[in-house]
Amino acid sequence: MEPLLELRDLDTDIAQRRGTVHALDGVSLRVMPGETLGIVGESGSGKTMTALSIMGLLPPGGQVSGGEIVFEGRDLRSLPADEVRRTRGVRMGMVFQDPLTSLNPTMRIGVQVAEPLRVHEKVGKAEARTRAVEILRRVGMPRPDKIVDNYPHELSGGMRQRVAIAMALVCSPKLLIADEPTTALDVTTQRQILELIDDLREEFSMAVILVTHDLGVIAGRADRVAVMYAGRVVETSATAALFRTPRHRYTEALLEALPEAADGERLYSIPGLPPDLSRPLTGCRFAERCRHVTDECRVTDIPLTGDAHQFACLHPVSPTDQIPSPVRVSSAPVVDAARVAGSPVLSVRNLVKNYASHGRGLRRDAGQVSAVADVSFEVAAGETFGLVGESGCGKSTLGRLAVGLERPSDGQIVLDGTDIGALSGRERRRMHREVQLMFQDSYAAMNPRMRVDSILAEPLEIQKAGDGAARRARINTLLDQVGLSRRVLERYPHEFSGGQLQRIGLARSLALQPRLIVGDEPVSALDVSIQAQVLNLMRDLQQELGLAYVFISHDLSVVDYMADRIGVMYLGKLVEVGPAREVVRAARHPYTQALIDAVPSINEVSRERIAIEGELPSALNPPTGCRFRTRCPLATSRCETEPPLAGDRHQVACHFPLRPESSAAAVQAGAVQ
Amino acid sequence: MTVSSQEKDPVRSLWRQGLGVFAENRLALVGVGIFVLLAGLCFLGPLFYHTDQVHTDLTKVHLAPGAGHPLGTDGVGYDQLGRLMLGGQTSIIVGLAAGILATAVGTIWGAIAGFAGGWVDSAMMRVVDAMMSIPALFLFMLLAAIVTPSVSMLIIIIGAFAWLGPARLVRGEALTLRSREYVQAMRAMGGTGGRAVRRHIVPNAIGTVIVNATFQVADAILYVAYLSFLGLGVPPPAANWGGMLSDGLEATYSGYWWLLYPPGIAIILIVLAFNFIGDGLRDAFEVRLRRR
Repeated sequence: MEPLLELRDLDTDIAQRRGTVHALDGVSLRVMPGETLGIVGESGSGKTMTALSIMGLLPPGGQVSGGEIVFEGRDLRSLPADEVRRTRGVRMGMVFQDPLTSLNPTMRIGVQVAEPLRVHEKVGKAEARTRAVEILRRVGMPRPDKIVDNYPHELSGGMRQRVAIAMALVCSPKLLIADEPTTALDVTTQRQILELIDDLREEFSMAVILVTHDLGVIAGRADRVAVMYAGRVVETSATAALFRTPRHRYTEALLEALPEAADGERLYSIPGLPPDLSRPLTGCRFAERCRHVTDECRVTDIPLTGDAHQFACLHPVSPTDQIPSPVRVSSAPVVDAARVAGSPVLSVRNLVKNYASHGRGLRRDAGQVSAVADVSFEVAAGETFGLVGESGCGKSTLGRLAVGLERPSDGQIVLDGTDIGALSGRERRRMHREVQLMFQDSYAAMNPRMRVDSILAEPLEIQKAGDGAARRARINTLLDQVGLSRRVLERYPHEFSGGQLQRIGLARSLALQPRLIVGDEPVSALDVSIQAQVLNLMRDLQQELGLAYVFISHDLSVVDYMADRIGVMYLGKLVEVGPAREVVRAARHPYTQALIDAVPSINEVSRERIAIEGELPSALNPPTGCRFRTRCPLATSRCETEPPLAGDRHQVACHFPLRPESSAAAVQAGAVQ
Repeated sequence: MTVSSQEKDPVRSLWRQGLGVFAENRLALVGVGIFVLLAGLCFLGPLFYHTDQVHTDLTKVHLAPGAGHPLGTDGVGYDQLGRLMLGGQTSIIVGLAAGILATAVGTIWGAIAGFAGGWVDSAMMRVVDAMMSIPALFLFMLLAAIVTPSVSMLIIIIGAFAWLGPARLVRGEALTLRSREYVQAMRAMGGTGGRAVRRHIVPNAIGTVIVNATFQVADAILYVAYLSFLGLGVPPPAANWGGMLSDGLEATYSGYWWLLYPPGIAIILIVLAFNFIGDGLRDAFEVRLRRR
C-alpha cells in the first residue's frame, strides 16, 4: 500500500540570534492511510518540529533545508506555493497543545470552526454555519447549535480542545496532526479527548500523527511509534513491540525512568542533558548519556537498521533480554511504620479557604469561591504526603495555606505544635524556617536579575542566619547536596535547563533547614529522564535530612512513587486519605478509581474502568452534599447529604465506598505477596 | 573559583555583559556617538571658538556663512555657530534635568500606587488621569504666562507635566511584578514588603524606567523647543535651539537658510540619539539576552 505521508531525510534548520539550530537531521517517517503514528520524545527532540515542518508552520527563521515531504505521492517541497497551501489546508488538519491560545478569543466558535470552509471551499455564511454545527456535533459537543454562538472563553479546556479538533476536521482531512493535544488537560478530560480522536479516525478514515512526550498516551493509542532524540528518529516499530522489547538504549532508559516502572524502588535516571543542536554532532547523539557507550558510538554515524522494527543503535538491547515487567514485586512497602509514628510536623484542622468572587457591574459580592472546604490531615516527620486532584480542586491553595502564603478563612494549621494563625509577625517570620515551598516553574520563581549565589543567599539573609562566611559555606553545602558544581553560582536563571533550575529551587528550599517542604507540582514541567533525576534527589535528601514533604501533583504515577500516604482532593474536599499503595491499588472512593483509570499507562491491561463524564463543576456554588455526586456513576439521593471522612488508616468520604477498609488492606497485602 | 572573585565580580561583569549587548545594537552606538559629538560641541566648543553672545552688533546682521562666521550671523549680529553652542547648552541641560526629574517623580508616584493598590492606587492614578486630560501646550502657556521663564523654571514646568507618563508605566510594572512567583517565593521565606520592593521589584522595573527616561529626555528637549517656538522660552540674550528655530523660521522668507537648518538639524539629531540610546538600553537591561 502507498503511504499517505512519507518524510525522506528531512532536515530543518532554525536560524537564531546566535547560530543555527539543526532541529531535524535526516528524519524519515511514513504514515499509512488510516493508521496512528505516535511520535514520542523529550523536549527539544524535534517531535514538534517534525509536525510543524509537515504543516509548513515553522517559527520565524525556521526552514526545511533538505529532504522530501511526500504527501499522497507528491513532494510538497517541489509543488507551487498555492497548491501546497491548499493541500495543507484541506487534506491535513492540526490540533495544538493549548486550546486557549490556538483559538481566537474575539471570534465566535461557529465562525472560527467554519473558517477553513470559507477560505478553501468558498462556501456561504449560512452553509458554513450549518456545517460548523454538524462537525461540532460529531466531536461530541453538547448543544452544538448553541455553542456556535459562544466565544472560546465561555468554554472549558476540554470543550475548547473539541472545538480545535472540529476546526481541524471540518474539511475532512486525510491526515490529522495532534501536537500534545491533551498535555494541557486534566487526566479525565485527556481520556475523553484521546478516545474522541480514536473514534474520529475510524469515522473519517484518516491517519493520525500523535505527537507527545507521554509514553502512556502513545502506548494506548498508536499503531506504530517513532522515538525521537536530538533531532533524529532513533527507533520505530509497532507499538506493542516497542514497549515489550525496546531495542535502542535510549528507549530502554526512558521506559526505566518512568515512575510507574519503579514501584517503590529507585528510578533509573538518565544522566546529563540532551546535546546542543546548534553545534555539529558526530556519532550517536545519545552516546554521552548512555550506559552502554563505546568509543565506536561517538564516531560512527549510525543509520536506522532493521525491517519492521528499526533502530539506530550499535549496542541494542537484545530482543530476548526482556525489560523487567513494570509491575514488579516490591521488596517492602515504602511506609516505614517506625518513621511515620512520630508526632506530626504539620497538622491541618478543618481548614477552609474561600475567595470572594467579584460580580458584574455594581453587584460586588456575587458569591464565594470555595477553594478549600473543611480539610483535615496530618503529615508526620520524615513522611511524604501526596496530594492529588485535577486542576481547580484546591490542592495548590492548600499548599499555599500550609506555607503561610495565604491566610485561611477558617480552621487551623498547626506546625510543630504551634498554630500559625495565632503567631505574631516576628514569630510568623521565624515560622518560615520550618516550612518551605518548591515551585512547579522554578524559572518563574527566581528573580531573573539575580545570580544563583544571591538567589541561594536570599533565604539566609531574610532570616538573618549567620554571617557572610557562614552563608557562603552553607550555599556550598547546598550545592553539594543537590549535585551542582560551584560554577553555577555566577550564572543567571535563564542559563539553566529545567532540571538544573529545579535543583537550584530545591537547594533554596533547603537553605533554612526546614522540616517540611511543600512541593507544588515540582516535576510536572520536566521531561521523564530529568524528572527521574529530581525525584531521586528529593528522596535521597529526605532520607539524609529527615525531611517531610507535601507533594502536590496531578500525576498519580509520580505521587504513587513518591508518597507514603496520599490524599485525593475533589473540588476543595479531601475525599480519600490513606497509605499510598492502598489508595492507588485499592481505591475506596469512586472518584479516586476514575482518576486511576484515566491515567494512560504503558502497560495497558484490561481493567474494570470507572469512566466519569462531564467536567468539574464550578467552585462558585459547589454541589451540596457530596461534591462529586453530579458526576458519580453510583450517586443516589443519599449523596445529597455530606458524607464524613470516615475510617481508620484508609479514610474515605463516601456513602458507598467501593470496598470496605479491611478489604482494601487485603487487596494491598495480596499485591505485595 | 574563589570566594573573593565572587565578591567583586557581580557588579563589574553585570555591567560588562550589559555593555556587550548594548554595543551589539549598532544604532545605540550611533546614538551615543551623536550625543557625545553634540554635547562636546556645545560645552567644549566655546572654549576654542570665542564669540560674543551678549552684545548685539547691528553692523553684522544676517551675514551669510563665510570667513569669520562659518554659519553666518543672525538678525542682531550674533555668530550663529556660537549661538548654536550656547543654545545647545540650555537645551541639553533642560532636557536632561527635566527628563530625570519627570522620571524620578513619576517612578516614585507610580511605584507607590502600584504596590499599595486598592483605594490609594485609585486616588493617585485619578490625579494622573486628571492632569493628562489637560492639553500639555495649554498648561505650558498658562504656566509660562504666570512665571518668568528661566532655565530652572523651564525644568520645573516641563517636569511638572512630563512625570505623568512614567507614573502610569511604573504603576503597571509594579502591579505585575508584585504578583510574580519569585516575590511569592521570597514571602514564603518570611521576607517583608520592603525587601520585595528593594530586591525584586525595583531591579526588575529599572530597565523600563531607564529606557523610558531616555525618551523623557528627548521629549523634554522637544518641549523646550515648543515653548521657545511659542515665545515662552528663556529670554535673550540666553538662547536655545527651539528659540533659534523659531527665529529662523521668520527669516526663511528672506532666504536666510543658515538660521533655520542648523538648530533644526541639531534638535532632530539629539532626539534621535536619545531614542537610539533608549533602544540599546532596553536590550542591555534584558538579562536573558546575555550569554557567556
